[in-house]
Amino acid sequence: MIACRKSFTDTLLSLAREDKNIVAVTTDARGSVTLGDFAKELPAQFVECGIAEQDAVGISAGLAHSGKKVFCCGPACFYVARSLEQVKVDLAYSKNPVKILGVSGGVAYGALGATHHSLHDIAVLRTFPGMNVVLPCDTRQTAKLVKFLVDFPEPVYIRVGRAAVPDVYENDDFDFEIGKANMLQDGKDLTIIGAGETVYHALKAGRELAAKGISARVLDLSWIKPFDKEAVLKAAKETGRIITVEEHSRFGGLGALVTEAISECPVPVRILGIPDEDVIHATSPEIFHHYGIDSDGIVASALDFLK
Amino acid sequence: MDNQHLKLVSEQNRKRLLEIICSANAGHTGGDLSCLNVLTVLYFHTLNLSKDNLKDENRDRFILSKGHCVEALFVTLEAKGILKKEVLDTLGKFDSPLAGHPTINVPGIEVNSGALGHGLPIGVGMAIAAKMDSKSWKTFVLMGDGEQGEGSIYEAAMAGHQYKLDNLVAIIDRNHLQISGNTEDVMAIDNIHDRWTAFGWDVIQMNGDDIDDIVRTFDSIDYNNGKPHLIVSNTTKGLGVSFMENVAKWHHGVPSAEQYAVAIEDIEKRIAKVKEEMK
Repeated sequence: MIACRKSFTDTLLSLAREDKNIVAVTTDARGSVTLGDFAKELPAQFVECGIAEQDAVGISAGLAHSGKKVFCCGPACFYVARSLEQVKVDLAYSKNPVKILGVSGGVAYGALGATHHSLHDIAVLRTFPGMNVVLPCDTRQTAKLVKFLVDFPEPVYIRVGRAAVPDVYENDDFDFEIGKANMLQDGKDLTIIGAGETVYHALKAGRELAAKGISARVLDLSWIKPFDKEAVLKAAKETGRIITVEEHSRFGGLGALVTEAISECPVPVRILGIPDEDVIHATSPEIFHHYGIDSDGIVASALDFLK
Repeated sequence: MDNQHLKLVSEQNRKRLLEIICSANAGHTGGDLSCLNVLTVLYFHTLNLSKDNLKDENRDRFILSKGHCVEALFVTLEAKGILKKEVLDTLGKFDSPLAGHPTINVPGIEVNSGALGHGLPIGVGMAIAAKMDSKSWKTFVLMGDGEQGEGSIYEAAMAGHQYKLDNLVAIIDRNHLQISGNTEDVMAIDNIHDRWTAFGWDVIQMNGDDIDDIVRTFDSIDYNNGKPHLIVSNTTKGLGVSFMENVAKWHHGVPSAEQYAVAIEDIEKRIAKVKEEMK
Protein backbone atom coordinates (compact mmCIF):
# COMPACT_ATOMS: atom_id res chain seq x y z
CA MET A 1 0.00 0.00 0.00
CA ILE A 2 1.31 3.47 -0.86
CA ALA A 3 0.06 7.01 -0.38
CA CYS A 4 -1.75 8.95 -3.08
CA ARG A 5 0.96 11.64 -2.99
CA LYS A 6 3.54 9.01 -3.95
CA SER A 7 1.35 7.69 -6.73
CA PHE A 8 0.95 11.28 -7.92
CA THR A 9 4.64 12.17 -7.97
CA ASP A 10 5.78 8.80 -9.39
CA THR A 11 3.34 9.23 -12.27
CA LEU A 12 4.38 12.85 -12.73
CA LEU A 13 8.06 11.92 -12.86
CA SER A 14 7.46 9.24 -15.47
CA LEU A 15 5.53 11.75 -17.62
CA ALA A 16 8.06 14.55 -17.06
CA ARG A 17 10.90 12.40 -18.38
CA GLU A 18 9.21 12.53 -21.76
CA ASP A 19 7.89 16.10 -21.61
CA LYS A 20 10.37 18.81 -20.69
CA ASN A 21 7.58 21.36 -20.29
CA ILE A 22 6.32 19.61 -17.16
CA VAL A 23 7.59 21.61 -14.19
CA ALA A 24 7.24 20.87 -10.48
CA VAL A 25 7.24 23.81 -8.07
CA THR A 26 7.47 23.47 -4.32
CA THR A 27 8.03 25.34 -1.07
CA ASP A 28 10.66 23.46 0.93
CA ALA A 29 8.27 20.52 0.77
CA ARG A 30 9.99 18.09 -1.60
CA GLY A 31 10.11 15.56 1.23
CA SER A 32 6.51 15.80 2.36
CA VAL A 33 5.25 15.93 -1.21
CA THR A 34 7.58 13.02 -2.20
CA LEU A 35 9.23 15.07 -4.94
CA GLY A 36 12.78 14.10 -3.94
CA ASP A 37 13.28 11.74 -6.87
CA PHE A 38 11.87 14.32 -9.30
CA ALA A 39 14.22 17.03 -7.99
CA LYS A 40 17.24 14.75 -8.26
CA GLU A 41 16.50 13.37 -11.69
CA LEU A 42 15.05 16.44 -13.42
CA PRO A 43 16.56 19.49 -11.70
CA ALA A 44 15.99 21.66 -14.78
CA GLN A 45 12.23 21.03 -14.45
CA PHE A 46 12.10 21.66 -10.72
CA VAL A 47 11.63 25.06 -9.06
CA GLU A 48 12.26 25.38 -5.34
CA CYS A 49 10.69 28.55 -3.92
CA GLY A 50 11.65 28.18 -0.27
CA ILE A 51 8.98 28.64 2.37
CA ALA A 52 6.95 31.19 0.39
CA GLU A 53 3.59 29.92 -0.81
CA GLN A 54 2.37 33.24 -2.22
CA ASP A 55 5.51 33.48 -4.31
CA ALA A 56 5.23 29.84 -5.38
CA VAL A 57 1.71 30.27 -6.71
CA GLY A 58 2.64 33.51 -8.48
CA ILE A 59 5.75 31.91 -9.97
CA SER A 60 3.65 28.95 -11.05
CA ALA A 61 1.23 31.33 -12.77
CA GLY A 62 4.10 32.99 -14.63
CA LEU A 63 5.54 29.64 -15.68
CA ALA A 64 2.16 28.36 -16.87
CA HIS A 65 1.50 31.61 -18.72
CA SER A 66 4.76 30.97 -20.57
CA GLY A 67 3.73 27.51 -21.70
CA LYS A 68 4.95 25.29 -18.87
CA LYS A 69 2.77 22.48 -17.50
CA VAL A 70 3.03 23.39 -13.85
CA PHE A 71 2.38 21.29 -10.77
CA CYS A 72 2.70 23.46 -7.66
CA CYS A 73 3.03 21.05 -4.76
CA GLY A 74 2.98 21.42 -0.99
CA PRO A 75 0.85 21.04 2.12
CA ALA A 76 -2.80 21.73 1.34
CA CYS A 77 -3.23 23.79 4.51
CA PHE A 78 -0.82 26.48 3.32
CA TYR A 79 -1.76 26.72 -0.35
CA VAL A 80 -5.43 27.21 0.37
CA ALA A 81 -4.90 29.77 3.12
CA ARG A 82 -1.59 31.63 2.94
CA SER A 83 -1.63 31.91 -0.84
CA LEU A 84 -5.39 31.91 -1.35
CA GLU A 85 -5.44 35.31 -3.07
CA GLN A 86 -2.81 34.14 -5.55
CA VAL A 87 -4.92 31.06 -6.27
CA LYS A 88 -7.97 33.27 -6.76
CA VAL A 89 -6.39 36.00 -8.90
CA ASP A 90 -3.30 34.53 -10.55
CA LEU A 91 -4.76 31.11 -11.34
CA ALA A 92 -8.57 31.08 -11.39
CA TYR A 93 -9.30 34.66 -12.49
CA SER A 94 -6.31 34.87 -14.84
CA LYS A 95 -7.00 31.38 -16.23
CA ASN A 96 -3.48 30.09 -15.73
CA PRO A 97 -3.70 26.29 -15.86
CA VAL A 98 -1.58 25.51 -12.80
CA LYS A 99 -2.29 22.29 -10.94
CA ILE A 100 -2.07 22.80 -7.19
CA LEU A 101 -1.28 19.53 -5.45
CA GLY A 102 -2.29 19.95 -1.82
CA VAL A 103 -0.80 17.05 0.13
CA SER A 104 -1.61 15.94 3.67
CA GLY A 105 -5.03 17.54 3.31
CA GLY A 106 -7.94 17.43 5.73
CA VAL A 107 -6.77 16.12 9.11
CA ALA A 108 -3.89 14.05 7.70
CA TYR A 109 -1.39 15.81 9.96
CA GLY A 110 -3.41 14.57 12.95
CA ALA A 111 -2.08 15.84 16.25
CA LEU A 112 -0.02 18.63 14.69
CA GLY A 113 -3.17 20.65 15.13
CA ALA A 114 -5.39 23.11 13.34
CA THR A 115 -2.55 25.10 11.75
CA HIS A 116 -1.89 22.05 9.58
CA HIS A 117 -5.45 20.97 8.88
CA SER A 118 -7.26 22.04 5.72
CA LEU A 119 -10.95 21.61 6.40
CA HIS A 120 -12.13 24.62 4.40
CA ASP A 121 -10.54 24.04 1.00
CA ILE A 122 -13.60 22.62 -0.78
CA ALA A 123 -15.86 25.34 0.60
CA VAL A 124 -13.58 28.12 -0.58
CA LEU A 125 -12.25 26.86 -3.87
CA ARG A 126 -15.54 25.75 -5.36
CA THR A 127 -16.70 29.37 -5.26
CA PHE A 128 -13.86 30.58 -7.49
CA PRO A 129 -15.02 30.81 -11.12
CA GLY A 130 -12.61 28.90 -13.32
CA MET A 131 -11.22 26.67 -10.57
CA ASN A 132 -11.63 22.89 -10.61
CA VAL A 133 -11.48 20.72 -7.49
CA VAL A 134 -10.79 17.01 -7.20
CA LEU A 135 -10.06 14.66 -4.29
CA PRO A 136 -8.82 11.34 -5.68
CA CYS A 137 -9.65 8.41 -3.44
CA ASP A 138 -6.88 5.90 -4.08
CA THR A 139 -3.58 5.43 -5.88
CA ARG A 140 -4.98 4.05 -9.14
CA GLN A 141 -7.42 6.91 -9.50
CA THR A 142 -4.61 9.33 -8.65
CA ALA A 143 -2.40 7.93 -11.40
CA LYS A 144 -5.18 8.28 -13.97
CA LEU A 145 -5.84 11.80 -12.72
CA VAL A 146 -2.22 12.93 -13.19
CA LYS A 147 -2.20 11.71 -16.79
CA PHE A 148 -5.39 13.66 -17.42
CA LEU A 149 -4.12 16.84 -15.73
CA VAL A 150 -0.90 17.31 -17.69
CA ASP A 151 -2.59 18.85 -20.71
CA PHE A 152 -5.82 20.02 -19.09
CA PRO A 153 -6.00 23.74 -19.92
CA GLU A 154 -7.52 25.01 -16.67
CA PRO A 155 -6.34 25.38 -13.07
CA VAL A 156 -7.13 22.47 -10.78
CA TYR A 157 -6.79 21.96 -7.04
CA ILE A 158 -6.04 18.37 -6.10
CA ARG A 159 -6.21 17.31 -2.47
CA VAL A 160 -4.62 14.08 -1.31
CA GLY A 161 -3.78 12.75 2.14
CA ARG A 162 -0.56 11.71 3.76
CA ALA A 163 -0.78 8.06 4.76
CA ALA A 164 -0.90 4.98 2.56
CA VAL A 165 -4.47 4.26 1.51
CA PRO A 166 -6.32 1.02 0.80
CA ASP A 167 -7.53 0.40 -2.74
CA VAL A 168 -11.01 1.46 -3.74
CA TYR A 169 -10.34 0.32 -7.30
CA GLU A 170 -8.66 -3.10 -7.39
CA ASN A 171 -7.43 -2.81 -10.98
CA ASP A 172 -7.21 -0.17 -13.70
CA ASP A 173 -10.47 -1.19 -15.32
CA PHE A 174 -12.64 1.69 -14.10
CA ASP A 175 -14.01 4.87 -15.63
CA PHE A 176 -12.26 8.14 -15.11
CA GLU A 177 -13.85 11.22 -16.55
CA ILE A 178 -13.78 14.80 -15.36
CA GLY A 179 -16.90 15.68 -13.41
CA LYS A 180 -18.23 12.12 -13.36
CA ALA A 181 -19.04 10.11 -10.25
CA ASN A 182 -18.54 6.36 -10.10
CA MET A 183 -21.12 4.09 -8.54
CA LEU A 184 -19.12 1.58 -6.50
CA GLN A 185 -22.11 -0.36 -5.24
CA ASP A 186 -25.77 -0.10 -6.17
CA GLY A 187 -28.53 0.00 -3.59
CA LYS A 188 -32.08 1.14 -2.94
CA ASP A 189 -32.37 1.99 0.78
CA LEU A 190 -30.02 4.95 0.88
CA THR A 191 -26.96 6.41 -0.83
CA ILE A 192 -23.59 7.03 0.79
CA ILE A 193 -21.42 9.63 -0.97
CA GLY A 194 -17.75 10.13 -0.28
CA ALA A 195 -14.86 12.14 -1.74
CA GLY A 196 -11.15 11.53 -1.31
CA GLU A 197 -10.21 9.22 1.53
CA THR A 198 -13.77 8.92 2.82
CA VAL A 199 -14.72 6.98 -0.32
CA TYR A 200 -13.01 3.88 1.04
CA HIS A 201 -14.89 4.23 4.32
CA ALA A 202 -18.17 4.74 2.47
CA LEU A 203 -17.57 1.58 0.46
CA LYS A 204 -16.58 -0.44 3.53
CA ALA A 205 -19.70 0.80 5.32
CA GLY A 206 -21.82 -0.11 2.29
CA ARG A 207 -20.49 -3.66 2.41
CA GLU A 208 -21.06 -3.95 6.16
CA LEU A 209 -24.61 -2.67 5.77
CA ALA A 210 -25.23 -5.22 3.03
CA ALA A 211 -24.27 -7.93 5.53
CA LYS A 212 -27.00 -6.53 7.79
CA GLY A 213 -29.53 -6.66 4.99
CA ILE A 214 -29.44 -2.98 4.11
CA SER A 215 -29.03 -2.04 0.48
CA ALA A 216 -26.80 1.04 0.24
CA ARG A 217 -25.70 2.72 -2.96
CA VAL A 218 -22.14 4.05 -2.74
CA LEU A 219 -20.91 6.91 -4.90
CA ASP A 220 -17.32 8.05 -5.41
CA LEU A 221 -17.74 11.80 -5.89
CA SER A 222 -14.03 12.59 -6.12
CA TRP A 223 -14.71 15.37 -8.64
CA ILE A 224 -16.13 18.17 -6.53
CA LYS A 225 -16.00 20.80 -9.29
CA PRO A 226 -17.24 20.07 -11.80
CA PHE A 227 -19.39 17.42 -10.12
CA ASP A 228 -21.87 14.83 -11.28
CA LYS A 229 -25.20 16.46 -10.46
CA GLU A 230 -27.08 13.87 -12.46
CA ALA A 231 -25.73 11.00 -10.35
CA VAL A 232 -26.69 12.85 -7.17
CA LEU A 233 -30.22 13.60 -8.39
CA LYS A 234 -30.62 10.01 -9.48
CA ALA A 235 -29.47 8.75 -6.09
CA ALA A 236 -31.93 11.04 -4.33
CA LYS A 237 -34.79 9.92 -6.53
CA GLU A 238 -34.01 6.22 -6.44
CA THR A 239 -32.87 5.72 -2.83
CA GLY A 240 -34.69 8.50 -0.96
CA ARG A 241 -31.95 9.17 1.60
CA ILE A 242 -28.38 10.40 1.34
CA ILE A 243 -25.43 10.36 3.70
CA THR A 244 -22.45 12.49 2.72
CA VAL A 245 -19.06 11.80 4.28
CA GLU A 246 -16.25 14.31 4.11
CA GLU A 247 -12.90 15.02 5.71
CA HIS A 248 -13.86 18.69 5.77
CA SER A 249 -15.96 21.13 7.72
CA ARG A 250 -19.64 20.22 7.66
CA PHE A 251 -20.13 23.71 6.25
CA GLY A 252 -19.70 24.40 2.57
CA GLY A 253 -18.21 21.10 1.45
CA LEU A 254 -19.48 17.84 -0.01
CA GLY A 255 -22.65 17.84 2.10
CA ALA A 256 -23.46 21.38 1.04
CA LEU A 257 -22.78 20.54 -2.59
CA VAL A 258 -25.19 17.60 -2.47
CA THR A 259 -27.95 19.43 -0.61
CA GLU A 260 -27.69 22.38 -2.99
CA ALA A 261 -27.95 19.99 -5.93
CA ILE A 262 -31.14 18.35 -4.68
CA SER A 263 -32.74 21.47 -3.23
CA GLU A 264 -35.52 21.48 -5.82
CA CYS A 265 -36.43 17.82 -5.20
CA PRO A 266 -35.19 17.32 -1.66
CA VAL A 267 -34.76 14.10 0.27
CA PRO A 268 -33.34 13.81 3.80
CA VAL A 269 -29.56 14.26 3.90
CA ARG A 270 -27.15 13.59 6.74
CA ILE A 271 -23.87 15.45 6.51
CA LEU A 272 -21.00 13.67 8.23
CA GLY A 273 -17.90 15.79 8.60
CA ILE A 274 -15.94 17.87 11.05
CA PRO A 275 -18.12 20.08 13.28
CA ASP A 276 -17.50 23.78 13.88
CA GLU A 277 -14.92 23.28 16.63
CA ASP A 278 -11.18 22.95 17.11
CA VAL A 279 -10.32 19.42 16.06
CA ILE A 280 -9.23 17.06 18.85
CA HIS A 281 -5.51 16.29 19.05
CA ALA A 282 -5.19 12.72 17.83
CA THR A 283 -3.99 10.62 14.92
CA SER A 284 -5.84 10.93 11.66
CA PRO A 285 -7.65 7.55 12.02
CA GLU A 286 -8.60 8.48 15.58
CA ILE A 287 -9.99 11.81 14.36
CA PHE A 288 -11.97 10.01 11.64
CA HIS A 289 -13.41 7.68 14.28
CA HIS A 290 -14.10 10.42 16.82
CA TYR A 291 -16.17 12.45 14.37
CA GLY A 292 -17.87 9.44 12.80
CA ILE A 293 -16.44 9.71 9.29
CA ASP A 294 -14.93 6.21 9.25
CA SER A 295 -16.89 3.11 8.30
CA ASP A 296 -18.05 2.50 11.89
CA GLY A 297 -19.51 6.00 12.08
CA ILE A 298 -21.15 5.72 8.68
CA VAL A 299 -22.76 2.38 9.55
CA ALA A 300 -24.06 3.77 12.84
CA SER A 301 -25.43 6.85 11.11
CA ALA A 302 -27.11 4.76 8.41
CA LEU A 303 -28.77 2.44 10.94
CA ASP A 304 -30.08 5.44 12.87
CA PHE A 305 -31.20 7.16 9.66
CA LEU A 306 -33.24 4.14 8.61
CA LYS A 307 -35.01 3.68 11.96
CA MET B 1 10.89 56.43 -32.13
CA ASP B 2 13.07 59.38 -31.07
CA ASN B 3 12.73 61.10 -27.74
CA GLN B 4 10.79 64.07 -29.08
CA HIS B 5 8.21 61.75 -30.56
CA LEU B 6 8.03 59.88 -27.27
CA LYS B 7 7.39 63.17 -25.48
CA LEU B 8 4.62 63.98 -27.94
CA VAL B 9 2.98 60.56 -27.54
CA SER B 10 3.20 60.81 -23.77
CA GLU B 11 1.47 64.21 -23.74
CA GLN B 12 -1.19 62.99 -26.17
CA ASN B 13 -1.74 59.98 -23.91
CA ARG B 14 -2.03 62.32 -20.93
CA LYS B 15 -4.78 64.23 -22.69
CA ARG B 16 -6.64 61.06 -23.65
CA LEU B 17 -6.24 59.79 -20.09
CA LEU B 18 -8.12 62.76 -18.65
CA GLU B 19 -10.74 62.38 -21.34
CA ILE B 20 -11.51 58.75 -20.48
CA ILE B 21 -11.39 59.34 -16.74
CA CYS B 22 -13.95 62.11 -17.10
CA SER B 23 -16.06 60.02 -19.44
CA ALA B 24 -15.95 56.99 -17.11
CA ASN B 25 -16.36 59.23 -14.07
CA ALA B 26 -13.68 57.23 -12.24
CA GLY B 27 -9.96 56.63 -12.29
CA HIS B 28 -6.75 56.47 -10.29
CA THR B 29 -5.69 59.74 -11.85
CA GLY B 30 -2.61 60.68 -9.81
CA GLY B 31 -0.83 57.35 -10.17
CA ASP B 32 -1.86 57.09 -13.83
CA LEU B 33 -0.10 60.37 -14.50
CA SER B 34 3.07 59.45 -12.61
CA CYS B 35 3.66 56.26 -14.61
CA LEU B 36 2.49 57.44 -18.02
CA ASN B 37 5.97 58.46 -19.21
CA VAL B 38 7.39 55.08 -18.27
CA LEU B 39 4.56 53.25 -20.05
CA THR B 40 5.09 55.38 -23.15
CA VAL B 41 8.80 54.60 -23.31
CA LEU B 42 8.20 50.91 -22.58
CA TYR B 43 5.60 50.46 -25.32
CA PHE B 44 7.07 52.81 -27.94
CA HIS B 45 10.77 52.21 -27.38
CA THR B 46 11.80 49.33 -25.14
CA LEU B 47 9.41 46.40 -25.34
CA ASN B 48 9.28 44.04 -28.29
CA LEU B 49 5.48 44.33 -28.41
CA SER B 50 3.03 45.36 -31.08
CA LYS B 51 -0.51 44.53 -32.13
CA ASP B 52 0.93 41.91 -34.48
CA ASN B 53 2.93 39.87 -31.97
CA LEU B 54 0.68 39.69 -28.90
CA LYS B 55 0.65 35.88 -29.02
CA ASP B 56 4.24 35.43 -30.20
CA GLU B 57 6.12 33.35 -27.65
CA ASN B 58 9.18 35.57 -28.12
CA ARG B 59 7.43 38.84 -27.26
CA ASP B 60 8.50 40.77 -24.19
CA ARG B 61 6.11 40.55 -21.25
CA PHE B 62 4.78 43.49 -19.27
CA ILE B 63 2.81 43.24 -16.03
CA LEU B 64 1.09 46.24 -14.48
CA SER B 65 1.33 45.14 -10.86
CA LYS B 66 -0.06 48.50 -9.69
CA GLY B 67 -3.21 47.47 -11.50
CA HIS B 68 -5.32 50.37 -10.27
CA CYS B 69 -3.47 52.56 -12.79
CA VAL B 70 -5.00 50.63 -15.66
CA GLU B 71 -6.30 53.80 -17.32
CA ALA B 72 -2.70 54.78 -18.13
CA LEU B 73 -2.16 51.34 -19.66
CA PHE B 74 -5.42 51.57 -21.63
CA VAL B 75 -4.46 54.85 -23.30
CA THR B 76 -0.99 53.50 -24.06
CA LEU B 77 -2.43 50.34 -25.62
CA GLU B 78 -4.85 52.48 -27.63
CA ALA B 79 -2.05 54.71 -28.88
CA LYS B 80 -0.14 51.58 -29.84
CA GLY B 81 -3.07 50.37 -31.93
CA ILE B 82 -3.69 47.37 -29.67
CA LEU B 83 -6.87 48.56 -27.93
CA LYS B 84 -9.63 49.96 -30.12
CA LYS B 85 -11.02 53.44 -29.45
CA GLU B 86 -14.61 52.22 -29.51
CA VAL B 87 -13.76 49.72 -26.79
CA LEU B 88 -11.93 52.24 -24.62
CA ASP B 89 -14.86 54.62 -24.95
CA THR B 90 -17.00 52.09 -23.04
CA LEU B 91 -14.90 52.44 -19.88
CA GLY B 92 -17.15 52.95 -16.89
CA LYS B 93 -20.30 52.09 -18.86
CA PHE B 94 -22.66 49.22 -18.01
CA ASP B 95 -21.23 45.84 -19.04
CA SER B 96 -18.07 47.33 -20.55
CA PRO B 97 -15.42 44.75 -21.48
CA LEU B 98 -13.04 46.96 -19.50
CA ALA B 99 -12.79 46.82 -15.71
CA GLY B 100 -11.14 49.32 -13.42
CA HIS B 101 -8.15 46.96 -13.23
CA PRO B 102 -6.31 44.96 -15.90
CA THR B 103 -8.12 41.90 -17.25
CA ILE B 104 -6.91 39.35 -19.77
CA ASN B 105 -9.86 39.80 -22.12
CA VAL B 106 -8.22 43.07 -23.18
CA PRO B 107 -5.68 42.54 -25.97
CA GLY B 108 -2.14 43.09 -24.73
CA ILE B 109 -2.86 42.42 -21.06
CA GLU B 110 -1.04 39.31 -19.86
CA VAL B 111 -2.56 38.69 -16.42
CA ASN B 112 -5.37 40.02 -14.29
CA SER B 113 -4.00 42.31 -11.61
CA GLY B 114 -5.21 44.81 -9.10
CA ALA B 115 -4.62 42.92 -5.88
CA LEU B 116 -1.24 44.37 -4.99
CA GLY B 117 1.95 42.37 -4.58
CA HIS B 118 1.08 39.81 -7.26
CA GLY B 119 3.01 41.09 -10.27
CA LEU B 120 6.57 40.39 -9.23
CA PRO B 121 6.09 36.69 -8.33
CA ILE B 122 4.37 36.17 -11.70
CA GLY B 123 7.18 38.05 -13.41
CA VAL B 124 9.71 35.81 -11.67
CA GLY B 125 7.86 32.78 -13.03
CA MET B 126 7.90 34.22 -16.54
CA ALA B 127 11.59 35.04 -16.30
CA ILE B 128 12.41 31.53 -15.06
CA ALA B 129 10.43 30.08 -17.98
CA ALA B 130 12.45 32.17 -20.46
CA LYS B 131 15.68 30.97 -18.86
CA MET B 132 14.51 27.34 -18.96
CA ASP B 133 13.91 27.68 -22.70
CA SER B 134 17.07 29.78 -23.35
CA LYS B 135 14.88 32.53 -24.82
CA SER B 136 15.93 36.16 -24.96
CA TRP B 137 12.60 37.84 -24.24
CA LYS B 138 12.39 40.05 -21.18
CA THR B 139 9.85 40.54 -18.43
CA PHE B 140 8.99 43.98 -17.03
CA VAL B 141 6.89 44.54 -13.90
CA LEU B 142 5.67 47.97 -12.84
CA MET B 143 4.89 48.32 -9.14
CA GLY B 144 3.72 51.21 -6.99
CA ASP B 145 5.66 52.57 -4.04
CA GLY B 146 2.72 52.12 -1.68
CA GLU B 147 2.53 48.56 -3.00
CA GLN B 148 5.92 47.91 -1.42
CA GLY B 149 4.12 47.09 1.83
CA GLU B 150 3.06 43.72 0.41
CA GLY B 151 5.24 40.90 1.74
CA SER B 152 4.89 38.75 -1.35
CA ILE B 153 7.13 41.25 -3.18
CA TYR B 154 10.05 40.32 -0.95
CA GLU B 155 9.45 36.60 -1.42
CA ALA B 156 9.77 37.27 -5.15
CA ALA B 157 12.82 39.49 -4.58
CA MET B 158 14.57 36.51 -2.99
CA ALA B 159 13.60 34.18 -5.82
CA GLY B 160 14.72 36.70 -8.46
CA HIS B 161 18.15 36.72 -6.86
CA GLN B 162 18.24 32.95 -6.30
CA TYR B 163 17.57 32.25 -9.98
CA LYS B 164 19.84 35.11 -11.22
CA LEU B 165 17.06 36.60 -13.31
CA ASP B 166 18.92 39.26 -15.29
CA ASN B 167 16.07 39.03 -17.82
CA LEU B 168 13.65 40.54 -15.29
CA VAL B 169 13.14 44.28 -14.77
CA ALA B 170 11.05 45.54 -11.88
CA ILE B 171 10.16 49.22 -11.75
CA ILE B 172 8.89 51.08 -8.70
CA ASP B 173 6.85 54.17 -9.51
CA ARG B 174 8.31 56.23 -6.66
CA ASN B 175 5.84 59.10 -6.40
CA HIS B 176 5.91 59.24 -2.57
CA LEU B 177 2.13 59.20 -2.16
CA GLN B 178 -0.39 56.49 -1.48
CA ILE B 179 -4.09 56.69 -0.76
CA SER B 180 -3.72 57.76 2.88
CA GLY B 181 -0.89 60.22 2.37
CA ASN B 182 2.91 60.25 2.22
CA THR B 183 4.42 56.78 1.88
CA GLU B 184 6.93 57.59 4.56
CA ASP B 185 4.16 58.36 7.05
CA VAL B 186 2.06 55.31 6.16
CA MET B 187 4.91 52.77 6.08
CA ALA B 188 8.35 54.06 5.29
CA ILE B 189 10.36 52.67 2.39
CA ASP B 190 12.82 55.52 2.17
CA ASN B 191 15.80 53.28 1.74
CA ILE B 192 14.61 51.40 -1.32
CA HIS B 193 18.05 51.43 -2.88
CA ASP B 194 19.84 49.73 0.02
CA ARG B 195 16.93 47.38 0.63
CA TRP B 196 16.90 45.97 -2.90
CA THR B 197 20.69 45.98 -3.13
CA ALA B 198 20.70 43.83 0.00
CA PHE B 199 18.32 41.43 -1.76
CA GLY B 200 20.95 41.05 -4.46
CA TRP B 201 19.31 43.16 -7.16
CA ASP B 202 20.92 45.57 -9.61
CA VAL B 203 19.34 48.83 -8.43
CA ILE B 204 19.16 51.84 -10.77
CA GLN B 205 17.80 55.31 -9.99
CA MET B 206 15.87 57.10 -12.71
CA ASN B 207 13.96 60.35 -13.17
CA GLY B 208 10.63 58.95 -14.28
CA ASP B 209 9.32 62.42 -15.07
CA ASP B 210 11.96 62.83 -17.77
CA ILE B 211 11.56 60.89 -21.02
CA ASP B 212 15.24 61.36 -21.90
CA ASP B 213 16.35 59.79 -18.63
CA ILE B 214 13.87 56.91 -18.94
CA VAL B 215 15.18 56.08 -22.43
CA ARG B 216 18.78 56.35 -21.25
CA THR B 217 18.10 54.14 -18.23
CA PHE B 218 16.21 51.39 -20.07
CA ASP B 219 18.87 51.36 -22.80
CA SER B 220 21.62 50.89 -20.23
CA ILE B 221 20.23 47.75 -18.54
CA ASP B 222 22.83 44.99 -18.54
CA TYR B 223 20.88 41.81 -19.28
CA ASN B 224 23.91 39.62 -18.76
CA ASN B 225 25.02 40.62 -15.26
CA GLY B 226 23.42 37.73 -13.44
CA LYS B 227 21.18 40.01 -11.36
CA PRO B 228 17.53 41.02 -11.59
CA HIS B 229 17.08 44.76 -12.14
CA LEU B 230 15.16 47.19 -9.96
CA ILE B 231 14.57 50.63 -11.38
CA VAL B 232 13.49 53.27 -8.91
CA SER B 233 11.47 55.59 -11.11
CA ASN B 234 11.40 58.87 -9.16
CA THR B 235 8.21 60.59 -10.23
CA THR B 236 5.61 63.19 -9.38
CA LYS B 237 2.13 61.94 -8.61
CA GLY B 238 -0.30 63.77 -10.87
CA LEU B 239 2.52 64.79 -13.25
CA GLY B 240 1.49 67.27 -15.91
CA VAL B 241 -1.70 68.53 -14.29
CA SER B 242 -0.69 71.42 -12.06
CA PHE B 243 -3.40 71.15 -9.43
CA MET B 244 -2.97 67.39 -9.09
CA GLU B 245 0.80 67.28 -8.68
CA ASN B 246 1.87 65.93 -5.28
CA VAL B 247 -1.67 66.06 -3.88
CA ALA B 248 -2.67 62.80 -2.17
CA LYS B 249 -6.40 63.20 -2.72
CA TRP B 250 -5.85 62.80 -6.46
CA HIS B 251 -4.94 59.14 -5.84
CA HIS B 252 -8.31 58.68 -7.39
CA GLY B 253 -10.64 61.37 -8.50
CA VAL B 254 -12.36 62.98 -11.46
CA PRO B 255 -11.72 66.61 -12.38
CA SER B 256 -14.64 69.01 -12.58
CA ALA B 257 -15.47 70.57 -15.95
CA GLU B 258 -13.48 73.68 -15.02
CA GLN B 259 -10.52 71.66 -13.79
CA TYR B 260 -10.63 69.52 -16.92
CA ALA B 261 -10.51 72.62 -19.12
CA VAL B 262 -7.47 73.96 -17.25
CA ALA B 263 -5.68 70.62 -17.47
CA ILE B 264 -6.36 70.15 -21.17
CA GLU B 265 -5.23 73.69 -21.95
CA ASP B 266 -1.92 73.03 -20.17
CA ILE B 267 -1.40 69.76 -21.96
CA GLU B 268 -2.23 71.23 -25.35
CA LYS B 269 0.30 73.98 -24.77
CA ARG B 270 2.96 71.37 -24.11
CA ILE B 271 1.91 69.39 -27.17
CA ALA B 272 2.23 72.55 -29.29
CA LYS B 273 5.65 73.23 -27.77
CA VAL B 274 6.94 69.72 -28.50
CA LYS B 275 5.62 69.95 -32.06
CA GLU B 276 7.35 73.29 -32.47
CA GLU B 277 10.62 71.79 -31.24
CA MET B 278 10.25 68.92 -33.67
CA LYS B 279 10.02 71.19 -36.70
